Amino acid sequence: MSAGNPGDRLKPATGATVGAALRVEGVHKSFDRLEVLRGIDLVVSEHDVVCLIGASGSGKSTLLRCINLLEPIQAGRIFVGDTEITARNVDLNAIRRRIGIVFQSYNLFPHMTVLENVTLAPRKALKQSRGDANAQATELLRRFGLADKRDEYPDRLSGGQQQRVAIVRALAMQPELLLLDEVTSALDPELVSEVLDVIRELANGGMTMVIATHEMSFARDIASRVYFLDAGVILEEGPPEQLFSAPREARTRQFLQRIIAAGRL
Amino acid sequence: MTARVSRETRAVAIALLSTAVLAAAIVVVATRSPGWGAFRAYFLDWAIYRDSFPEILHAFWLNVKLFLVAEVIILPAALFLAVLRSLPGPVFFPIRALAIAYADLFRGVPTILVISILGFGMPALGLSWLPQSEFFWAVVALVLVYTAYVSEVYRSGIDSVHASQDAAARSLGLSHGQSLRLVVLPQAVRRVIPPLLNDFIGLQKDTALVGTLGVVEAFKQAQIDQSATFNGTPYLVAATLFVLITIPLARFVDWLVARDKKRQQAGRAA
Amino acid sequence: MRKALSTSLALAAVTALVVAVSANGRSTTATAATGIPGCAKDKLGLLDKAGMLTIGADNPAFHPWFGGDEKTKPWKFSDPYSGKGYESAVAYAVAKQLGFSKEQVKWAVTPFNNSFRPGKKSFDFYITQVSYSPQRAKAVDFSKGYYFVNQSIVGRKGKPIASVRSINGLRKYTLGAQVGTTSYDFIVKQIRPASSPKVYDTNDAAVQALKNGRIDGLVVDLPTAFYVAAVQVPDGRVVGQFRARGARERFGLVLPKGSKLTACANRALDRLWANGTIKNLQRIWLAHATGAPVLK
Repeated sequence: MSAGNPGDRLKPATGATVGAALRVEGVHKSFDRLEVLRGIDLVVSEHDVVCLIGASGSGKSTLLRCINLLEPIQAGRIFVGDTEITARNVDLNAIRRRIGIVFQSYNLFPHMTVLENVTLAPRKALKQSRGDANAQATELLRRFGLADKRDEYPDRLSGGQQQRVAIVRALAMQPELLLLDEVTSALDPELVSEVLDVIRELANGGMTMVIATHEMSFARDIASRVYFLDAGVILEEGPPEQLFSAPREARTRQFLQRIIAAGRL
Repeated sequence: MTARVSRETRAVAIALLSTAVLAAAIVVVATRSPGWGAFRAYFLDWAIYRDSFPEILHAFWLNVKLFLVAEVIILPAALFLAVLRSLPGPVFFPIRALAIAYADLFRGVPTILVISILGFGMPALGLSWLPQSEFFWAVVALVLVYTAYVSEVYRSGIDSVHASQDAAARSLGLSHGQSLRLVVLPQAVRRVIPPLLNDFIGLQKDTALVGTLGVVEAFKQAQIDQSATFNGTPYLVAATLFVLITIPLARFVDWLVARDKKRQQAGRAA
Repeated sequence: MRKALSTSLALAAVTALVVAVSANGRSTTATAATGIPGCAKDKLGLLDKAGMLTIGADNPAFHPWFGGDEKTKPWKFSDPYSGKGYESAVAYAVAKQLGFSKEQVKWAVTPFNNSFRPGKKSFDFYITQVSYSPQRAKAVDFSKGYYFVNQSIVGRKGKPIASVRSINGLRKYTLGAQVGTTSYDFIVKQIRPASSPKVYDTNDAAVQALKNGRIDGLVVDLPTAFYVAAVQVPDGRVVGQFRARGARERFGLVLPKGSKLTACANRALDRLWANGTIKNLQRIWLAHATGAPVLK
């Protein structure tokens, strides 16, 4: 990465006081009586790539949605940089502008072209001029191989292209932190790699990311740290080499064995 | 290619034939019925049709004006009401409750009653600052009734836009209002255009109820001509006019539905 | 009230009127003319198989055309069975001429629109202020006239229209009539006001419009005008009546097209005019409905 490219601009300027980019403390989340998160603690440093693994329903997606304040939590605190985003009276919209999220089902706006999808939030939430927003979006699309799709509508694109547009849309807000929620789960197998390549490039560029994923080999490859969630708690965490090769917990071993049996590691 | 053309030709031929057979059957049953002569004399008198057409056409202009003025108000008013009903959180409960009560009331009361109560009742209050014109109160009545209908159409459209669209917009830092205005409503409105146009057609026909206030619109003029001649043909004139402006609208709806369907299929295929 | 201008039969009717006037002194109430030659009950093609005479009228039936208190269901407001009111009395008089006793008459509620719709009728004859016109006579049979009508206009006391003395003077006012009446034709063709006239579905709606000022004047037949001014609109005033140009408008009985009863009803009416019954009934029920200034 050369010094002037947009990937570098995506990194927040950090002072000498290297705090955590994200700190999650004792978060509890219930839907009615169903407790989905039962005391989650998590710290993500600047430029870290953290992968959340675990079975469906273990709480990975819910945790990401809580971090983005799409879901209110019942207990605990969440900090982004030095800001406690779960405090009362925070400006939700301002917080969300600092945190990008990409969903499993892309959630592109079907009535807008690719360019309009990408520039909507910079123009409306950051009040960028149309010219500035378009220039930045065009550059990002070019970088991720989507320049020729600029004026297409989402439903004319393949799943992989749509998901890459969704990532670009999040990046256009220049977030400090990017949350990726099983972004390859809805894709046909042959389309997975193009999306993973994009994420790898972001990681190389220093983007701080929290990734919920079922792609274990990808997680082992890219993660600086892996968290195994089970029934709403973090059962085990560690560097990928250790967690994947020598898991301490029986349940982690069971989970990984099932994944291997399914041919996904 | 040749096979396809001949298949299409055959389909058209079958359609024409079955239509002709059905039409012939209807004509035979109708004309053989014992009262056919009386029916024809009463409803199909060409001389009366020709004589009453200009008057009824002139009166029909009032229906068109009523429709256009009411529609221009209804479209934004109904959208506003639908948005009020979709406001989240307990703070807005009273507003939501009022909006629901309004929609229930005006969808429940027959349109002709709303027109009569407002059109006869408001001027009867004797308040000099209240507008007196029948046209004004007719528009108010139609707007009240159809805003209730159309807001329900909008609301179903809003509900049909998946919550994930709102989540995506909010996650980018857009406010609730921005998300609604820029992401949810454009999709919602697009989806409800066919049912919306259906309500337009209903509104267009219900302008005939305004005659009850004493203004001479197409239906009332037909009634006048009917009682002058003791012949029902003038109603056929009014029907012709209503149908003439309904058909283009109806075909337009069909075209929109077909286009949307095509688009979705193209999207899925891609 | 439901009117149009007659042509051919007016002369004959005027002659009958003269005869009636000359016979004025005679007792007209109880000349029991039982039956008319060639009009035996079983030859009349009656609707009712048991031999009752079925007479149609609109409901509610208004004064002074129908009287009595509302008694027989479903009649509102007045009761055609009472024999009171001009049209009720004329109907019973015609029935009597045809040999029907009061008990052999039944009344059928028939909205005006149903009196001329195609298909089987629900009455032997219909009586509710229906005016003869050649055009209408293509759809139904009309009897000879039982009343010659003047249109008239009701306004409200103290309003500018109340002092108008000419047809020209009415042009600047908003006028109204009831739908289905010849009064509307009269406004459009004879008065020709500057603003388009209003047309109401019911007598009640028209009266309401006059009361709350939506219209300045209501055009109705003269007897109805006196009733409206006296009873329905507290400050109502009959501004004036109009003399028809050309043939006079007349109310006739409405019968199904080609009814066997039509000729017999005409002969019955001839007798009633001739023996002074009609004149007498008009004196009893419509006497107050005269004397409005004539607007020209």
